[in-house]
Amino acid sequence: MKRIVSTLALGAALGLGATAALAQAPSTTLRNIQNKGFVQCGVSQGLAGFSQPDSAGNWTGLDVDFCRALAAAIFNDPSKVRFSPLSAKDRFTALQSGEVDVLSRNSTWTIQRDTSLGLNFAGINYYDGQGFLVRKSLNVKSARELSGASVCVQTGTTTELNVADFFRTNNLKFEPVVFATADETIKAYDAGRCDVFTTDASGLYAERVKLAKPDDHMVLPEIISKEPLGPVVRHGDDQWFDIVKWTHFAMITAEELNISKANLDQMLQSTNPEIRRTLGAEGNFGEALGLSRDWVVRIVRHVGNYAEVFDRNVGPSTRLGISRGLNALWNKGGLQYAPPIR
Amino acid sequence: MTMPNAPTAPVSFTRGEILQAAPPPASLVGPIGWMRANLFSSPLQALLTVVGAYIAYKLVWTFVDFTIIRAVWTGADRDACLDEKVGRSVGACWPFVWAKFGQFMYGFYPLDSRWRVDLTGIVAIVLLVPLLIPSVPHKALNAVLFFGAFPILAFNLLYGGSIINPWLVVLGWIAIVAGIGLLVAYLMGRADGSASDAILKYGAGALAVGVAAMVLVRSGMFAAPALPVVETRQWGGLLVTLVVATVGIVAALPIGVALALGRRSKMPIIRFLSVAIIELVRGVPLITVLFFATYMLPLFLERSPDAMVRVLVGVSVFSGAYMAETIRGGLQAIPKGQFEGAMALGLNYPRMMGLIVMPQALKLVIPGIVNAFIGLFKDTTLVSIVAIFDLLGGMRAGFTDPQWASPVTLYTGFAFAGIIYFAFCYFMSRYSIFVENRLNTGRRR
Repeated sequence: MKRIVSTLALGAALGLGATAALAQAPSTTLRNIQNKGFVQCGVSQGLAGFSQPDSAGNWTGLDVDFCRALAAAIFNDPSKVRFSPLSAKDRFTALQSGEVDVLSRNSTWTIQRDTSLGLNFAGINYYDGQGFLVRKSLNVKSARELSGASVCVQTGTTTELNVADFFRTNNLKFEPVVFATADETIKAYDAGRCDVFTTDASGLYAERVKLAKPDDHMVLPEIISKEPLGPVVRHGDDQWFDIVKWTHFAMITAEELNISKANLDQMLQSTNPEIRRTLGAEGNFGEALGLSRDWVVRIVRHVGNYAEVFDRNVGPSTRLGISRGLNALWNKGGLQYAPPIR
Repeated sequence: MTMPNAPTAPVSFTRGEILQAAPPPASLVGPIGWMRANLFSSPLQALLTVVGAYIAYKLVWTFVDFTIIRAVWTGADRDACLDEKVGRSVGACWPFVWAKFGQFMYGFYPLDSRWRVDLTGIVAIVLLVPLLIPSVPHKALNAVLFFGAFPILAFNLLYGGSIINPWLVVLGWIAIVAGIGLLVAYLMGRADGSASDAILKYGAGALAVGVAAMVLVRSGMFAAPALPVVETRQWGGLLVTLVVATVGIVAALPIGVALALGRRSKMPIIRFLSVAIIELVRGVPLITVLFFATYMLPLFLERSPDAMVRVLVGVSVFSGAYMAETIRGGLQAIPKGQFEGAMALGLNYPRMMGLIVMPQALKLVIPGIVNAFIGLFKDTTLVSIVAIFDLLGGMRAGFTDPQWASPVTLYTGFAFAGIIYFAFCYFMSRYSIFVENRLNTGRRR
């Protein structure tokens, strides 16, 4: 009640408040987070494997675990994070207005978002791209064999434009069958309205489990667009930008150095200088970030390295069953690459 | 020889009693007769009946077939609801609803605190049901409890924090307002010499009590008996739907009456303000205001109001503005003679409105009022804009769970949500018809 009353008073004094806010010195995002005691993290309103509430009401997913890693690095407690489920159209406004501290919501890094929206992409935690889902009975091994196929696609998306580009570039004919929502699109494909279903590859796996017989369908190897997804922060706070960026890099580095939740205590005894630097036994990179010396230890202990997070949420053992592909480490044929911690 | 004059009864050639009526022909009575009269009285009627029956059969059968006959009732994950695993065509996947039931009802409300929501619901029902049944006595006490005490209790339970402080804050404010009112009355009375010292005493006393209550709250003395705070961000599901709808519905009527009277007032400033509020609010979509309040306000304010407060204020003002126009429609239907009669009796404005005009006007527009309530109940889905999952939002998030993603999950979820929404809206609609019939004494035929 007290809160409501003071809220009303605040609302009435809107003009006054605005002046007061302007007069205050800009405080850093990190200090705000430490004061309020949690990270406010923008996630999706439900995307399998990336951010979704489970039956007990806990958020799970790759994007969610990234936020937990941030909380672990700052507070040594992965539960000190609160999630705001944002729709695709509200997400950037919510970040700009300070409603969330970081947006970890399968957002594609584009030049427009990076510049004119006043945002900074802190890295790429999932390399996505548009792919095709077909019936195995079609006996197609490559998207280039799809001439004359009918394609179920969601209207008004870049997906629709990408698929048109792809077929025109390759001089193939196709017949688009468009729908308003993803649910209708996959239902139509399941009902046999079209030969091919197309959307972002991670989405393909998520939608595939909605089919009556998922095993009768396969994802073709071609990826016809680039969709680098990653966490986003707003312009104007480079320290916070660094923290978000290096939290991601720390998880990659931990995988690269084979530091995992399981062997963390062993690794703390390691004499390998690279491992020692990463885990804070040598050098003091954590405090340079504004965090503690053992920030990577905290991340790995509470959340895990990138491979663990990937496998837990979207990997081959989950229902989504996505292989690492482009998201493998750079030295294993993928694109995940972190600058050295030194 | 004479005939023995046996005592014979006079022979009558007319019937003493009425002949039993023959039963009507079988084709005119019973179910057959009823059907002939009402369903097949002409070829066109017969055709319409057959077509209608076919459509009704199709709809009802499809629904029953999907939700009951072909439905799956138990299971641990999506495998239970897949055609090839079950070996037949599967209807509704109810295990999905059971598994997500907590989500649909409470959202992210902490598991070990959910009893607080249940208790609030039980208290609400215990207080509301007698209020709705006309024959139950003690209506005034009941209303005070439901509209006065229950909101504070609900705040105690749902939000948590200190148990005593909210009561002190409310009491304190009431005392302060009453005290100031009395003091003003005293000062005004002094001008014409009718002031009594009693008013001054009571006024000062009330003010002192109010200030004391506020000081007690500030001192943090009663912070001790407290429930853990559950941020409104963690609220969700049906809980949010009901909280937003109830607050909107309860707030809409007084706001609407005030604005409707203001719009018809002869005082130019009040009239202008009322018209401005009504037109401004009706001219802007609710979704825009919520979006602005959620994402723009923090740019101006050091610390922005709680998301749920923004929603509640927005929804109340919105439903109030729409309600004002509904009530104005009722006011316009009251003949001028009623106003003039009331004035001729010497009633002042509040009494004229309260005793003569408003009862008639509100009675006329009950269907419109309930229409607005039902619309509001379904508009609560807009809270997903401020990143709160209501019933429908939580359900949509549940659809994406790969553990439950199956061809029928989507239909099951929407069927479940539809049943819940229908139950509430149908209840409101039936109750409004009941109230209408009860109050419709002047026009009953």
